[in-house]
Amino acid sequence: MAGFYIMKGDGSHDRYRAVAIGGSAGGAAALETLLSCLTGDFPLPILVVQHLHPADGGAFSRQLARTVAPEVIEPCDKERIEAGRVYTAPANYHMVVEREGTIGLSIDGKVNFSRPSIDVLFESAANAWGREVTAVILSGASADGTEGMRAVRAAGGRTIAQDPAEARYPLMPQSAIDARVVERVLPAAAIGQLLHALGSREKAAGPCGMNLLPYG
Amino acid sequence: MKPPQIENIEVDLLLEAIFRRYGYDFRSYARASIERRIRQFLADIGGESISQIIPKVLYDRDFFMQLARRFSISVTEMFRDPFVYRAVRETVAPMLRTWPHIKIWNAGCATGEEVYSLAIVLKEEGVFDRATVYATDFNDEALARAKEGIYEIDRLREASGNYQQAGGKSSLSAYYHARYDAVAMDSTLKQRIVFSNHNLVSDHVFGEMHLIFCRNVMIYFNRELQKRVLGLFTESLARGGFLCLGTKEDLRFTDFSGRYAVVDDRAKIYKKTVADG
Ligand SMILES: C[S@@+](CC[C@H](N)C(=O)[O-])C[C@H]1O[C@@H](n2cnc3c(N)ncnc32)[C@H](O)[C@@H]1O
Repeated sequence: MAGFYIMKGDGSHDRYRAVAIGGSAGGAAALETLLSCLTGDFPLPILVVQHLHPADGGAFSRQLARTVAPEVIEPCDKERIEAGRVYTAPANYHMVVEREGTIGLSIDGKVNFSRPSIDVLFESAANAWGREVTAVILSGASADGTEGMRAVRAAGGRTIAQDPAEARYPLMPQSAIDARVVERVLPAAAIGQLLHALGSREKAAGPCGMNLLPYG
Repeated sequence: MKPPQIENIEVDLLLEAIFRRYGYDFRSYARASIERRIRQFLADIGGESISQIIPKVLYDRDFFMQLARRFSISVTEMFRDPFVYRAVRETVAPMLRTWPHIKIWNAGCATGEEVYSLAIVLKEEGVFDRATVYATDFNDEALARAKEGIYEIDRLREASGNYQQAGGKSSLSAYYHARYDAVAMDSTLKQRIVFSNHNLVSDHVFGEMHLIFCRNVMIYFNRELQKRVLGLFTESLARGGFLCLGTKEDLRFTDFSGRYAVVDDRAKIYKKTVADG
């Protein structure tokens, strides 16, 4: 674990405010594996863009809610982002983080042939949370997410890719790895354990990590 | 100061410049989407920073218009979310029948697909002939296309499944005339629709509406502006009038939930309960 912090280059004072996860083909299964490692009192919010069929109608979110411990929500516009909850982007909407700590939705055109798009979420997360966000890219047959990972890296945040050797569709994590914007490459379960560890650390560090307003 | 904080200042300055120079007020739009559009515009023109384009925005109207087009993306489709139109058909239309004349406002009609979908449902439910439908948007280009009512045939073919799911009583093709690879909406649908420019940020109340349809417009606004617009709608609605929002816009996250009863939670249809003071 230590290597992860050392890579940040400034010792142990990093705080964590949020996790953003992107998945496409094969991503749903990886997401379940990952989130199954977390307890219901995980101290950070988790925002998820999984590419969905346009007629999903909330089915993906409901299915995920049945299988993982943290509360899963398909949010409406302006819903407040709270710790311990998983927010899944609704089909046909882009999902972003607003600086006020709320969810924003839009029906702007597709990005990377996708709506929701992972890049759109990650870029907004990088802007709102800067170095305090962790972005995770999972299985998919798309290059969506690579530019978003680049933005998170540029803002000093952490970036993790599912190991392409494990991913059902390796293209998406591989694309981010090839772009040299990924810090850690791990199987989905190991990513879950890593996040669990970050969460425990954050809990121990006390409540100011729960303040979602960026940059104080 | 961190780069995002500097960018935040630049965006403020740009939006202020646009407002003071051209009168378009995007200062209260949802910030993350606006920023993304500005960044995209910058990338497309090969600009380096937002501050650098401010002088050009101030002095060159055409340049501003290019940018403004990015701010009013009018993405829309016919019979989007068919269950909403089914709810209008099954729940709202029977109530509309109780009024001798009805006024309907489609705010943020974009290129018109939504208002034609609504007109078709009202027609099939026998209330269109007693209705006046106001379709408004602040984007003149979109409004002109809405008035024309000419669409790509492929888009309508895609929509015909949704029309059926919305409880369509005929065939969508009964409402348009094909011309090569385009279709023109039937002129009887247009007869009761009044298209006009209306800006939700700065323009005023439209009187005594029985149904206001404003979907996926307020998601582009911040909470303050949403409050203004919901105030405008609440004032514009007749007692017992209906408000229909986008399926991911919920009155629970606004200050207005107390003034409406939920008619259909999934379709986001509300009924005004409290008369204006
Ligand atoms: C994404 S479209 C939604 C179209 C349609 N209602 C739907 O749901 O399919 C948003 C529309 O809102 C319009 N709009 C944005 N700001 C507005 C304002 N201040 N006043 C009026 N219309 C506005 C845009 O021009 C655009 O046509």
